[in-house]
Amino acid sequence: MGNQNPLAYDYTVAKWFLWATIAFGIIGMTVGVFIAFQMAFPELNYLFGEYGTFSRLRPLHTNGVAFGFTMSGIFATWYYVGQRVLKVSMAESSFLMAVGKLHFIVYVLTILLAVVTLLSGITTSKEYAELEWPLDLMVTLFWVLWGVSIFGLIGIRRERTLYISIWYYIAAFLAVAMLHVFNNMEVPTYFVAGVGDWYHSVSLYAGTNDALVQWWYGHNAVAFVFTTPIVAMIYYFLPKESGQAVYSYKLSLLSFWGLMFVYLWAGGHHLIYSTVPDWMQTMGSVFSIVLILPSWGSAINMLLTMKGEWEQLQSNPLIKFMVLGSTFYMLSTLEGPIQAIKSVNALAHFTDWIPGHVHDGTLGWVGFMIIAAMYHMTPRLFKKELYSKKLMETQFWLQTMGIVLYFSSMWIAGITQGMMWRATDEFGNLSYSFIDTVTVLHPYYTIRAIGGALYLIGIFIWAYNIYKTMKSGRELEDAEVNVNKSPMAENR
Amino acid sequence: MFHWLEERPFFFAVGVFLVVSFAGLIEILPNFAEASRPTVGTKPYSGLQLAGRHVYIEDSCNACHSQLIRPFKNETDRYGMYSLSGEYAYDRPFLWGSKRTGPDLMRVGNYRTTDWHENHMWDPLSVVPGSIMPAYKHQFTQNADLETAYAEMVTVQSVFGVPYNKPITMKDGSSETVKLGASFEEEKANMLAEAKLIAADMKNQDVKDAVANGEIPKIVALIAYLNSLK
Repeated sequence: MGNQNPLAYDYTVAKWFLWATIAFGIIGMTVGVFIAFQMAFPELNYLFGEYGTFSRLRPLHTNGVAFGFTMSGIFATWYYVGQRVLKVSMAESSFLMAVGKLHFIVYVLTILLAVVTLLSGITTSKEYAELEWPLDLMVTLFWVLWGVSIFGLIGIRRERTLYISIWYYIAAFLAVAMLHVFNNMEVPTYFVAGVGDWYHSVSLYAGTNDALVQWWYGHNAVAFVFTTPIVAMIYYFLPKESGQAVYSYKLSLLSFWGLMFVYLWAGGHHLIYSTVPDWMQTMGSVFSIVLILPSWGSAINMLLTMKGEWEQLQSNPLIKFMVLGSTFYMLSTLEGPIQAIKSVNALAHFTDWIPGHVHDGTLGWVGFMIIAAMYHMTPRLFKKELYSKKLMETQFWLQTMGIVLYFSSMWIAGITQGMMWRATDEFGNLSYSFIDTVTVLHPYYTIRAIGGALYLIGIFIWAYNIYKTMKSGRELEDAEVNVNKSPMAENR
Repeated sequence: MFHWLEERPFFFAVGVFLVVSFAGLIEILPNFAEASRPTVGTKPYSGLQLAGRHVYIEDSCNACHSQLIRPFKNETDRYGMYSLSGEYAYDRPFLWGSKRTGPDLMRVGNYRTTDWHENHMWDPLSVVPGSIMPAYKHQFTQNADLETAYAEMVTVQSVFGVPYNKPITMKDGSSETVKLGASFEEEKANMLAEAKLIAADMKNQDVKDAVANGEIPKIVALIAYLNSLK
């Protein structure tokens, strides 16, 4: 059993992506907190001229956290987990090493260009697919490079059977590739007409069709960026950190194939009561409910993995992050289907309940899981003991409070707004003008911004803790690294 | 079977791809021919309106405003007739939005006027006390990108067959034609002619002067677009 001389894994690319995760996390979430305060205090719109309005900054926030923070986190874990579960080192193939490095360079360049173009108002307007065609091509390029890395590493693997995490990375790669290509089909106008901006394009689809393709994409970008790769992470990091075997193989099978089949259908729930055909709206609604099964399957599989070892929840802050992460995943995947029920959607759609829902998933599940993964990787990447356990505890509680403030204020805001829009007096006339439904939200917008700020403070603590670990954490011997619980300074 | 797949990455990947793409094939493809037909009376955007639509996208108005009226009494009371699929036939991209921080704009041209928009974009609080929308004063000083709007008109006409320069039947049986100039200069003249009508209803002297000098500030194009939303 076991290899007496463990492979010397090469974590160069993983380290680069770790730094990118932290940097883009700080940038993307700072913008997020700023625009949250803008909704409560609109004067903040005027600090940076035309570049500082809510409308310009919002795509910067969404792209920054989805494609900056989250995607860097996914890639960082891939370049760590991939080698370990396939039992092969990047150092064994100079080709795959070069691909990994090029992947990082093209990726960072794309994100930086995205920042510049979005601030300049160069956008296709489609949510989470705002980038214009030259950047779409760059995204395609770094995505293909990631694919080469995945299948290249699989090709030279020593472990024949693919571990569950690998299933989810493969799924994320394939599905996002398909979604990205079809949703960004556009015709560059300069090449047809010979005048105007060279980077401008017009969508291949019009109106209702465009909406259909966009939300088939938009919803499943959530599935295959915010869900599958994060599930890949938890299937590796939770068993590893806790020393527990995954609770059930059958449950992971059911959840994986179930998620693959069901998720794509659910995109229609973004279009309920719109002009897309009724049967599609119904399908979107029904499949959203079915989606609870595979989502809860993964989450329950993870929670039961902790069976008999619940005292770790008290002693190890990383287990806290991951267990609460799974719990937020359950909350979010129950809330989403509820919002997809037609009568609930009639009330919730277009209100603040939707960003509320998105954020209990992204802050609670995606954010916590990436934070935990980076904490787990840091001592192994740098052979240093994590700088401070107390800071991790502080971060955990600050961020948890932040998330609770965020989603509870947005629940109230959304339902208030939805009820006021539809309220009528005894003669059937609308009771409120639109602006009444805006001004009433001021306190909730303020609470939400404060919740976001708490979460952001936690992100700074996280960055500081990892920085201090690299800088002045205690050096570790190999034997101290090759354990389950991440080495951390217990008294600091 | 699953164990077999888990040792064969190629077939595993093929399996995942088939399962994942199934829903897209069933849900998306059948709708394409049906939904792209315009309703009677739906016209393509004129050059100036399209330039304004680009301003709308550039400043990401769709982050806070929807253009989709759902079939509920409170929505039709507030915004007008609910949306029909064919009304969006010339919208590339669609601009339905996903959040109403501000009101829906699908038919804003029916109940707001040029001077209202002018005041509102300059200082939203002057017309809507309590508004949290920022002012967009840079739209009054920067010029609209007419060449790109022209390029898009040419593209949609040649690639998608959008009926510029062809009679379009309106709801009352009359017919109207949306012009597209044979060259950029010719189309710019069309845009300027439309811009002059807008500027005549505005009070900002700099904007009026710019239009008189043959330039089109972004705000003029944007208002032309907003007025076309009916």
